[in-house]
Amino acid sequence: MPDRPGPRARTRPRRRPRPRSPLDPPPSFRAVRAVFLTLLTGFVLLPVHVMVTSSLKPLGEVSGRFRWFPGRLTVRPYLDIWHTVPLAEYFVNSLIVAGAATVCSVVIAVFAAYAVSRYRFRGRRLFTVTVLSTQMFPGILFLLPLFLIFVNIGNSTGVALYGSRGGLILTYLTFSLPFSVWMLIGYFDSVPRELDEAATVDGCGPLGALFRVVIPAAVPGIVAVAVYAFMTAWGEVLFASVMTNDTTRTLAVGLRGYSTQNDVYWNQIMAASLVVSIPVVAGFLLLQRYLVAGLTAGAVK
Amino acid sequence: MSPHTTVRVRKSALPYLLLLPAVLLELLIHLVPMVMGVVMSFRQLTQFFIRDWTRAPWAGPANYELAVDLNKPVGQALLGSFVTTCLFTLLSVGLCWLLGTAAAVFTQESFRGRGPLRALFLVPYALPVYAAVITWAFMFQRDNGLVNHVLHDQLGLGGADRTFWLLGDNSFWALLTVSVWKGWPFAFLIVTAALQNIPGELYEAAALDGAGSWQRIRRITLPSVGPVNQVLVLVLFLWTFNDFNTPFVLFGKAAPEAADLISLHIYQSSFVTWNFGAGAAMSVLLLLFLLLVTAGYLFLTGRGRRRNADA
Amino acid sequence: MRRTRAATTAAITLSLLAATATACGGGSANGDGGSNSAPKELTYWASNQGPDIAADEATLAPELKKFEERTGIKVKLEVIPWPDLLGRILAATASGQGPDVLNIGNTWSASLQATGALLPWDGRNFDAIGGKDRFVASAIGSSGATGQDPAAVPLYSMSYALYYNKKMFREAGIEKPPATWDEMVTVGQRLSKDGKWALGAEGSNLANNIHQVFVLAKQHGADFFDAAGKPAFDGPATVDAVKQYVDLMAKDRIIAPGNAEYAQNQSLQDFAAGKTAMVLWQSAATSFKTHGMKEGDWGVAPVPVPAGGAPGTGRNTNSMVAGINMAVFRNTDNIDGSLAFVKFMTGDEEQRLLNKAYGSIPPVKAAQTDAAFASEDLTVLRETLSTSAAPLPQVPQESQFETTVGTAVKELFADAAAGRPVTTESVKAELTKAQQQMTS
Repeated sequence: MPDRPGPRARTRPRRRPRPRSPLDPPPSFRAVRAVFLTLLTGFVLLPVHVMVTSSLKPLGEVSGRFRWFPGRLTVRPYLDIWHTVPLAEYFVNSLIVAGAATVCSVVIAVFAAYAVSRYRFRGRRLFTVTVLSTQMFPGILFLLPLFLIFVNIGNSTGVALYGSRGGLILTYLTFSLPFSVWMLIGYFDSVPRELDEAATVDGCGPLGALFRVVIPAAVPGIVAVAVYAFMTAWGEVLFASVMTNDTTRTLAVGLRGYSTQNDVYWNQIMAASLVVSIPVVAGFLLLQRYLVAGLTAGAVK
Repeated sequence: MSPHTTVRVRKSALPYLLLLPAVLLELLIHLVPMVMGVVMSFRQLTQFFIRDWTRAPWAGPANYELAVDLNKPVGQALLGSFVTTCLFTLLSVGLCWLLGTAAAVFTQESFRGRGPLRALFLVPYALPVYAAVITWAFMFQRDNGLVNHVLHDQLGLGGADRTFWLLGDNSFWALLTVSVWKGWPFAFLIVTAALQNIPGELYEAAALDGAGSWQRIRRITLPSVGPVNQVLVLVLFLWTFNDFNTPFVLFGKAAPEAADLISLHIYQSSFVTWNFGAGAAMSVLLLLFLLLVTAGYLFLTGRGRRRNADA
Repeated sequence: MRRTRAATTAAITLSLLAATATACGGGSANGDGGSNSAPKELTYWASNQGPDIAADEATLAPELKKFEERTGIKVKLEVIPWPDLLGRILAATASGQGPDVLNIGNTWSASLQATGALLPWDGRNFDAIGGKDRFVASAIGSSGATGQDPAAVPLYSMSYALYYNKKMFREAGIEKPPATWDEMVTVGQRLSKDGKWALGAEGSNLANNIHQVFVLAKQHGADFFDAAGKPAFDGPATVDAVKQYVDLMAKDRIIAPGNAEYAQNQSLQDFAAGKTAMVLWQSAATSFKTHGMKEGDWGVAPVPVPAGGAPGTGRNTNSMVAGINMAVFRNTDNIDGSLAFVKFMTGDEEQRLLNKAYGSIPPVKAAQTDAAFASEDLTVLRETLSTSAAPLPQVPQESQFETTVGTAVKELFADAAAGRPVTTESVKAELTKAQQQMTS
């Protein structure tokens, strides 16, 4: 695994000769760490194990008594998932919706958080508090009003938001926006202001300082927020179930297609969930390098 | 970081321009529907008027009276659900935060296999909610589930009768397990990102002063992630409190009383029973409660005061 | 104070926006009764009837093609999964933007009728599709509140039957399936041994609970709603009915305790796996085959009735009228086309074809005579439907009833499964609570 060195290593680049440094964790610490991480891994993996083994069992066996490993291995579920529901289509829809919502949400949140973090202006506090308060309203309640608004916008402007991916993107990006803004304020606040002042002295405008100094220094935070925005859109069920139709349906609701009035295709649900999660997990794997990359060398003094 | 050294008071339009997209979208998607929801809560909005809700008769405070009347089953059920939700949220947020922070701190230092482990920890977060919860429901089945298989068949715990996890009082613990499993990676993600901004010099200085690993965590790591933690705990709280998907997928339309979370309860009182006015009123009460808690929380954790001093 | 001023400004802006939003409420501007402004196109929301959505699309596509060839009207089909259907219909109702023709669960008929979103089937509209008399009476009875024009017409019908495992019966030396509840208990206690159980139930499935206790209430001569349409859940007869159902687990011990948590049709899987000998279900044949049973492994009989009775009406009712209705959205822009499409779908030919494909019973009398509906399974279901099935209460609060009473039965099953006593008092208490939760 190309593991980026932690921040400490970067400030102390020479760590090859290893006499016991005061920074090295003592054995007690290592032991606790090992036990804790092992238990946690077990907890995380238990359902994953169930998903993997169940996805390889015939339906009859899945619905019988639990067994740790399949009595009879089959890959049928992995073939069946594609025509029981149009999985590939749902997957593409989800990627488009979640991807677009993430990009928009992060960009908008970066601007807003920069304004709040670096400027004092009238209405600043009102903005942060109002934005946060929007997160408190239960989704079930504004589902109906929002739907009416979308339909009315459609009727008066001809922009179809209901049933389209656009409407869903718009909705999801605002779901993640408040916390993205709040978290980015936190991350930006921890980037020393002296840095952007130095950049301003060097001739950058305020936006230049944002792009050249603040954003690069806050990459881990931005990545975290992006992952959050993506997952918010990726997993949302309630709004997707009402605001999509057969051509725009997302995975989160599409997966329910494996349980019908009379049958629940457990093995196919598990197989489909695994298949669609693999690209996302792979994406996380790539991103987690940036999650730890962070502050440009020498920027922090 | 003393805030007042860099305060710039400018009569510039720039900050407003930067906020504009966020404000417009929030208005469109959240605030206006929210206000409409408040208006609906004062109307007798049943299926007879759903076709054109502006024609629904005004109900005055009737919907609210129904929701808070503790002598009637509707009010009692709402209160019960509220108490359950509070308890559930406290436990879930506490555990998510604890697991997430501990995992982030323990993976802060490089060791072999750290990369894959970090990615693995994000798996619960990457699985579609429906798939994750239905898998847990599958595992919690009384007769055929993994949980009882391990407890009763393999460990011989819990007596001869198998335990029901999806019915009765145990459903609370089942719900909590699923919620923590799904929620802690988020805390892990946020804290991990926050840890990156702690300058290594701080640790070195502390180490030279003779602070051991544990002390460094207590004296440097934890205080440094404070501001992010403040938001994180709030996020987790609001999320968990409003969580609808988990109980809905786990229990269906009618959750057992011990696990009857408030958002599912409101869903039942509005969508399932076609009484949108009553559901709206309950939601508004919920909103007021959450606003109160959030305001109190922000006040206590200090961010509010510091900001006020600036403005 | 600056901040106060900012807050005031924001408050005013918000209330203005709210006023705008209020003014542009829901509904449609184009009035009631629909129009014919788009005569060449129809949107049709079908419910998921087959094993999966792709199968439904495959079944319906050639039929829609046929319709297009005959009338020149193109039908845009969307098959909507069950968990989404009601939400989509609600959204369509609130906004006025919906399909032209749609399928609804027949138990929703009265609730949706009350919204006014569906075209009422008055005499003239019925004439356009060949008349009301073509349909089985009980199916028409499940298409809207009594005394009003139906909100929909029956499309696919279904009733409950007793499915039993022939081999398990043979091994226990039982010759014929139980015809009365007393026989059910006697036979059941002989079958329930060695980890096997006599009867399956879906204790956490609210709709299924309702279907069962509704029939038992009928058999006790009671209804959950009085003649005026007011809830009457906790009368002595309904209490007895609910207790009788839960007692099958609590007292008679012929339902496995584990069934209390079933809501995903696990009872069908248990049946197919030979763990339970009987289930009460609506046309379960295809599902049994999916789970590995072969035709002939199971037998079908009418659902038991009280001692001394035989399936019929009143106290001898032994099924609810299950099925799917077809409705026309009131503000369709192609009303003639919609009626033509309903006529096509309820025509004898399509009725035979589609009900055959879905394993249901045609609610159209003329189509029932087809040989395909004379198999052992379907004969029982068909006869039940026409002689001894009754519609669930056709009241606007039907879905509320399903939730409250369905939950009460679920809680009672949970008590029974946990070994807590189920008494007349505890049943009455649950039902009283359910009744008090009925708002409006």
